[in-house]
Amino acid sequence: MASAATAARATAPRRLSGGLRGLLFVILVLLAIAVVWEGAKFLGGVPWREPGAGPGSPIIHRPPFKWALVNDLNLPHIWNIGIALTKPFERNSDNNLAQGLFSAALYTWREAGIGFIAGALLGLVLATIFVHSRLLERAFVPYVIASQTIPILALTPVVAFALGRNVLAVVVVATYLTFFPVTIAMIRGLRSYDPRSMELMRSYAASPWQIYWKLRLPASLPYFFTALKISATASIVGAIIGEDVGSIQDGLGRVITTFNQYYVTGPEKLWAAIFFAALLGGAFFVVVRTTEVIVLRGRPGAAAG
Amino acid sequence: MTAPVVRLTGVDKTFSRGDQLVTTALADISLDIAAGEFVSLIGPSGCGKSTLLRVIGDLIEPSRGEVIVNGKPARRARLDRDYGMVFQAPVLMDWRTVEDNVKLPLEVLGWDPARRSARTREMLDLVDLGEFRGHRPYQLSGGMQQRVAIARALAFEPALLLMDEPFGALDEMTRERMNSEVLRIWERTGTTIVFVTHSIPEAVFLSTRVAVMSPRPGRITKVIGVDLPRPRNELSRESPRYFELVTEVREALRAGGGLGLDDEIVVASAERTMAEGGIG
Repeated sequence: MASAATAARATAPRRLSGGLRGLLFVILVLLAIAVVWEGAKFLGGVPWREPGAGPGSPIIHRPPFKWALVNDLNLPHIWNIGIALTKPFERNSDNNLAQGLFSAALYTWREAGIGFIAGALLGLVLATIFVHSRLLERAFVPYVIASQTIPILALTPVVAFALGRNVLAVVVVATYLTFFPVTIAMIRGLRSYDPRSMELMRSYAASPWQIYWKLRLPASLPYFFTALKISATASIVGAIIGEDVGSIQDGLGRVITTFNQYYVTGPEKLWAAIFFAALLGGAFFVVVRTTEVIVLRGRPGAAAG
Repeated sequence: MTAPVVRLTGVDKTFSRGDQLVTTALADISLDIAAGEFVSLIGPSGCGKSTLLRVIGDLIEPSRGEVIVNGKPARRARLDRDYGMVFQAPVLMDWRTVEDNVKLPLEVLGWDPARRSARTREMLDLVDLGEFRGHRPYQLSGGMQQRVAIARALAFEPALLLMDEPFGALDEMTRERMNSEVLRIWERTGTTIVFVTHSIPEAVFLSTRVAVMSPRPGRITKVIGVDLPRPRNELSRESPRYFELVTEVREALRAGGGLGLDDEIVVASAERTMAEGGIG
């Protein structure tokens, strides 16, 4: 009997080291990508020059092959992206690129976060309605699915036109991309309880409200978090696209559009922006995942996924 | 005899899919169960004994006949929280601790927190799991989980405890220990128990009466009174009278009729369909 208790205690430190090991692997994979990246440029890129140096500076390495895919325009040197981060964000700007991208990412995150919360709530409410009414489920779920077949690029201008070119339009787009995974997952999740648990609740003559809060919702949480992890990254994509169409000046969307236009003269800047967008998505994912681990702690299998 | 806790009169249960009659699970069941009794329902798989238990508990509606519990229709009795249920699987909520699982019915019934805690402690002591109150269900063995389920079922002192093959998934040694445990709890609490099983020794060891059921359509073919002296213990399992009763139950089961495998599958799947469909 005591063995169960000791076993439970023993898994705690193992899980922690598992988390550290996971982080180590992430860093290793990142290093591997960097090695492949620069390795390809070493073999088939344009002649290497001193980091940060202009076209006229001495060549330090001549790659034996010539592959257009990995030239300095398509795939700039990682160190040149790093150097670009320390240069001014824009002409005459006091901030360097890293600071500029960081504050743009934070701004985008705020929009995405509001859309994410609104979308999660909307998805939860819709799924709750649908699992309580087969009729409404049959009538409306096809439209929920159809809503996601509309290209977001077609929808965004409509939203911007209706709501004005402002942050609200961006939030609406982020919400639009967020609510769908939550709705679909929670229709399943709110039905994922053990049918005998439902018999048990019925034998207590529990009210539908009690059944919802004490059985359906807690049983659905693993599905909820799976959907939230998808939605976290989707909401950021939605916000960036929304910013672009909505002409929001302060977020990553506008930065990406601008750097896109000047790609030929400074590919490093767009790559840096891509890197920050990926970092933002990853950070949001980690926030959701951490919340999941805290909320689902103590459940078997909570460490997985 | 005072008014029975359970009175079944002419209960039929048929399952249909659309307009088509699929199977008759129960046919003309009549049975009275007195307060404080321990009645086992025994029969081959698919004979409808679990269906009968759910009919008593108002989890399945009978197609015909009357179910009176504590002098009330079964629906009223359920709304009055007269039932405690224990299933074959413990059916504990893995997001709740052992203690919070036992508290679940008390929360539903709206007890105040202090009273909930006191009763939960009392019930966990009753099943000897006091020191595991903070554990999660998956950290306990199958037998311990089932004891939590029993504590939960008894926590609000229901008039009637319905147990559906509660020890069917346990190994023989654990099952015998759990049998003694459930007898001890029954003797201490005086709860009326209806107990579904397919184990003849278990039925004889536990019960005041054993109701033997035939395969499809499920009927009660014989009710055997078990006059083994109490308190029963491991020695009861070795007495000549015990073996006579085991033989009597076995012969009653055999006399009830053979059972083709197809019938079993049909009834079992119909029961499953019903159990799932009836709770949406």
